[in-house]
Amino acid sequence: MIGNDLTAVSIADLQLLLRRREISPREVIDALRERIEAVDGDIGAYLSLDIEAAVKEAEHANVDLPLGGIPIAIKDIINVMGQPCTCASKILNGYRAPYDATVVQKLRAAGAIPFGKTNLDEFAMGSSTENSALKSTRNPWDLSRVPGGSSGGSAAAVAADEACGALGSDTGGSIRQPAALCGVVGLKPTYGRVSRFGLVAFASSLDQIGPVTKTVRDAALIMNALAGHDPQDSTSLNEPVPDYVASLGNDLRGVRLGLPKEYMIEGIDPQVRAAIDAAVKQLNSLGAEIVEVSLPSTEYAVAVYYIIATAEASANLARFDGVRYGYRAENPKDVLDLYGRTREEGFGPEVKRRIILGTYVLSSGYYDAYYLRAQKVRELVRRDFARVFENVDALISPTSPVAAFKVRERVADPLQMYLADIFTIAANLAGICGISIPCGFAELNGNRLPIGLQLLGKPLAEARILQVAHAYEQSTDWHKVRPSIGSG
Amino acid sequence: MAGNSDLDVAYVARLARINLTEDEAKTFQKQLDDVLEYVEKLRQVDVTGVDAAAHGLPVFNVLRADAPRDWFTAGQALSNAPRQANGLFVVPKVVE
Repeated sequence: MIGNDLTAVSIADLQLLLRRREISPREVIDALRERIEAVDGDIGAYLSLDIEAAVKEAEHANVDLPLGGIPIAIKDIINVMGQPCTCASKILNGYRAPYDATVVQKLRAAGAIPFGKTNLDEFAMGSSTENSALKSTRNPWDLSRVPGGSSGGSAAAVAADEACGALGSDTGGSIRQPAALCGVVGLKPTYGRVSRFGLVAFASSLDQIGPVTKTVRDAALIMNALAGHDPQDSTSLNEPVPDYVASLGNDLRGVRLGLPKEYMIEGIDPQVRAAIDAAVKQLNSLGAEIVEVSLPSTEYAVAVYYIIATAEASANLARFDGVRYGYRAENPKDVLDLYGRTREEGFGPEVKRRIILGTYVLSSGYYDAYYLRAQKVRELVRRDFARVFENVDALISPTSPVAAFKVRERVADPLQMYLADIFTIAANLAGICGISIPCGFAELNGNRLPIGLQLLGKPLAEARILQVAHAYEQSTDWHKVRPSIGSG
Repeated sequence: MAGNSDLDVAYVARLARINLTEDEAKTFQKQLDDVLEYVEKLRQVDVTGVDAAAHGLPVFNVLRADAPRDWFTAGQALSNAPRQANGLFVVPKVVE
């Protein structure tokens, strides 16, 4: 097998080749390196790579372990020992992680090789990866368009065959939305299913780590390694972990899927709507029963999110003060000058905006009107889901109302950018799990742009949404269509 | 500097220890006024008798034993310090 093919196959297929000793882990690393050299100049998915360390690990990889010898790219907001962890911010300039995040330890224990750190919106704040202070990442399907965000580097790397699979983090859609825009699979697990120890915190009541992969089976494989209790994360759930791969199947008889009527809003691109309609028919033909459901608090989700997420961010990002790690302003005249200038020079505009908004909604006199009220409406959002999940196994919606938008199209208007997350945000507020899978293409100026189908599941029902996603995927060819980058 | 909302960006930025240029403060004021206008819609919601949800799922009072364990050495904790001396982080003088 030659380089390009090795990088294009799924993790499951790679495992077969590795276990039959048809290829070696070293060859996989070499193929990835070649692919990255060929296309990452155009894509810009990676912020850093340590090929030497990966090669060393590949030399003694045990391919019989669950993810033995499989290189996995890591969003650069997750600590990998000895590697930079920039959060795509200038304020972490020079920082090197002194420890492995729990998810990285778990990947290593499963035999995987953490391989390279991927670009993101600064501190995961954004929906296009344009808020990275360090690099521009482009959509592999159309280089004039964004990959989505904030895990845009992870999604673009997997879509452009620069990674077999990747980790992302999802606070309001940051795994699912870029997965949709890049035509790959992205899973946000239930809040508490995967440890966040070693994930740089953005909004602690919303953040979850999850996989970005080429296939649903690969997402299940990575989830088998990631899921489980971690005493180092106090929000980690101590619940049994099922075998997510074993739950995959092709028969959806007896499965009830809900279509939230509030999600069929104006502003959904007609091509996206058509693709979702077709996917619903397809799921129905596989045996699933489709029912309309109502989530009446949907219209408040984005507003709730931007109060809670910014409030939590303002507290979490207080630690970046130039004292213990990262960037420090030069020649501070006193401590206040040190803080003020370090944060002025170290943070980009979106991060500053969110810290200011978050500080405001938590401040005396405004706390009740904004933060407390938002938390109460959040409870209503959660109840909406709890109620519909009494009658359905999963919910169906578009992941994003539009396909990938043009670079710089939305940067001047933060509110418009926030509304891009309208279908993904509520899952984080309610703590439930969600997955985005490819379900078609929008044709725009002769270019094909991927469309994502989102499935939302009950708390801890990852196995169920993976099952539905897998059955759908196996009955379509969307996941087999690759972007043409680097092939010409 | 304050716009259509009660938010005074320049003042709150000082609370958050972020220096802003005048231009930045002006741009943020407009953008955040828009966001605050958008979130006004939450006032329409009847939240009588609704408990505030800190998390989507119930997680309460998770405690661990207060016992020593192996963690970073002082050297590791200082390994990323912008300035250090004698095993300590160095900052500008705080008290005159």
